[in-house]
Amino acid sequence: MAQIFSPRSNVQAKVIIVATILLVCAGGWLTSAVWWSPYTTYVNVPFDQPVPFSHQQHVAGLGIDCRYCHTSVETSSFAGMPATETCMTCHSQLWTEAPLLAPVRASLTTNTSLKWTRVYDLPDFAYFDHGIHVTKGVGCSTCHGRVDQMPITWKTQTLYMKWCLECHRAPEKYLRPQNEIYNMVWHPGKDQTALGRQLIAQDHIDTSGRLTNCSTCHR
Amino acid sequence: MSAGIIPPDEQVRTRLSPLGYPSNLLGPRVTYADVNESISSIVLRDRAPAQWWIGFAVAFCLLMIFFLAVSWLLIRGLGIWGVNIPVAWGFAIVNFVWWIGIGHAGTFISAILLLMFQHWRTSINRLAEAMTLFAVACAGLMPLLHLGRPWVFFWLLPYPDTMGMWPQFRSPLVWDIFAVGTYFTVSILFWFLGLVPDLATIRDRARKVWQKKFYGFLALGWRNSADHWQRHQTAYLLLAGLATPLVLSVHSVVSLDFAVAQLPGWHSTIFPPYFVAGAIYSGFAMVLNIVIPVRKIYHLENLITERYLNNMANVMFATGLMVSYGYFIEAFMSWYSGDIFEQYMMTYRVFGPYGWIFWVLMLCNVLVPQTLWSRRIRCNPFTLFIVAFLVNVGMWIERFVIVVTSLHRDFIPSSWGSYAPTLWDWATLFGSVGLFLMLLFLFIRLLPMISISESRELVAEPAKANAL
Repeated sequence: MAQIFSPRSNVQAKVIIVATILLVCAGGWLTSAVWWSPYTTYVNVPFDQPVPFSHQQHVAGLGIDCRYCHTSVETSSFAGMPATETCMTCHSQLWTEAPLLAPVRASLTTNTSLKWTRVYDLPDFAYFDHGIHVTKGVGCSTCHGRVDQMPITWKTQTLYMKWCLECHRAPEKYLRPQNEIYNMVWHPGKDQTALGRQLIAQDHIDTSGRLTNCSTCHR
Repeated sequence: MSAGIIPPDEQVRTRLSPLGYPSNLLGPRVTYADVNESISSIVLRDRAPAQWWIGFAVAFCLLMIFFLAVSWLLIRGLGIWGVNIPVAWGFAIVNFVWWIGIGHAGTFISAILLLMFQHWRTSINRLAEAMTLFAVACAGLMPLLHLGRPWVFFWLLPYPDTMGMWPQFRSPLVWDIFAVGTYFTVSILFWFLGLVPDLATIRDRARKVWQKKFYGFLALGWRNSADHWQRHQTAYLLLAGLATPLVLSVHSVVSLDFAVAQLPGWHSTIFPPYFVAGAIYSGFAMVLNIVIPVRKIYHLENLITERYLNNMANVMFATGLMVSYGYFIEAFMSWYSGDIFEQYMMTYRVFGPYGWIFWVLMLCNVLVPQTLWSRRIRCNPFTLFIVAFLVNVGMWIERFVIVVTSLHRDFIPSSWGSYAPTLWDWATLFGSVGLFLMLLFLFIRLLPMISISESRELVAEPAKANAL
């Protein structure tokens, strides 16, 4: 009887087995890589805006406090976006003819809001409140990064639930004193754990598990 | 001479044991050639018999109904089923427990009987293992369909996800994933390993090139050498050893889905052993329902002798008595507990709105099997088929009674409700039967459904074939 398979078949069979295992592993790795890449998360991807607003110039260059524009960050769930009039406190005097600012002037004359593209967009099933985070010691730069170095705004965090839980499970790693909240250059020092524990006690942060209850964020 | 064409009057010379039971595992004068020919010709013949085509057509239609039901479920969601609060577990869970239970006989036959040197597994183990695989496939789909969002079923698996969470390991539903996953993996390995020498036989007997290549590829270069056999037998025994605890553990875990809950009718320590007995009971009934027609259509009476039928009927009967004992103890304990809710549940289960279903259950699972005391019923394929069929129906009803009657009367009357299946529930149930039959018909046509090598072993060692 003639041979059905050539002598090469043994090698081919082994190659197929090894290749299948490698393909499965590569598929898993690829899925994970795509899921964590800027392609999916938009981390470090600049967003197109109606006006190319530069935090770098306004925060680092001019020293304007975060709360000058994001007025409700200490008291509300929403940090607040500045009204066109806020821009105009300066820009009615400065750069009044700049073509880049034409949409701002148009907004004022027609009395319609500027439509900014949202950079940090949490899904609607997650409850989030800026006020509680800011008043309990979470600084702006912990989540928003070095905004003072951004010529145009981008995300510095994935906003995946895992990222939320990293802090909710161990807040002592991230908390800072009240007078450092709006400090862009603050970052945890060597004694952060001790400082964090002290802040937890001082601000009565409930670490008994309430921070990681499902219903804390999914109400 | 092929075993298939021995005249009937010669086939029926059944040897009897001193107690009057049929005792031979092979028909008279069966040779190696008969074994090879009668099994491999089913696979290698050009045309399948008309009965195969009819069965295949029915299975195909049912499968299309299944696809329709599943597609509509994915489009519209769980609202198309009859489930709601308080009866949030309906047909899907009933079907799941039923199918996974059916699978257990295959593992019982192939693993436990192998380790116990029971040679009467030889002609039925391959079919029973295939039945296990297909039943587990049907079972595995059911809880996934019941998830509500089946496309994120992988959330049940522990993997490094973006949520930073693990599945709830204290939940029996997560245990199910592991139990059923392990069961399916071990079963498919065991089944394929047993197939390898037979695939080589088919390869060697095939005349068409595609058949030679197809079976040659699957046979993994089997040359029947002593080395091959030595390793094959070692691996086979090891897998049998691995599969044996699964016969007990898988359905125990399934029973914990219920027993871990606080609900009267579910919260019971007897559930694991009672479920395992029920699983083997329904599994043997399903094996009988498959083997009896197959034996008749393909004229395999010389390989699947009456002794097989008698022994399977005996196991089915024994486990049926255990299940009946379970029913009795359930009722007794709910009375003996003195717990008003337990007693109320039992009263309502038997005399409530679903009471008639309970009595059908008693008829199918307790009364009908009592006929198996008679040897004439056990050894007559027709009557045995009817009994086994009713047992299968009864075991499905048992799960319905456990799931629905326990849920529909809760602790407080304000949370009482009722349940009625919709058309889509029925379509899912019968559709899953279609999926099962479809896989089974394809298996019968494409792979040797009786172990050729093990049957040859019986020819070589008549002492085994005729041992009591």
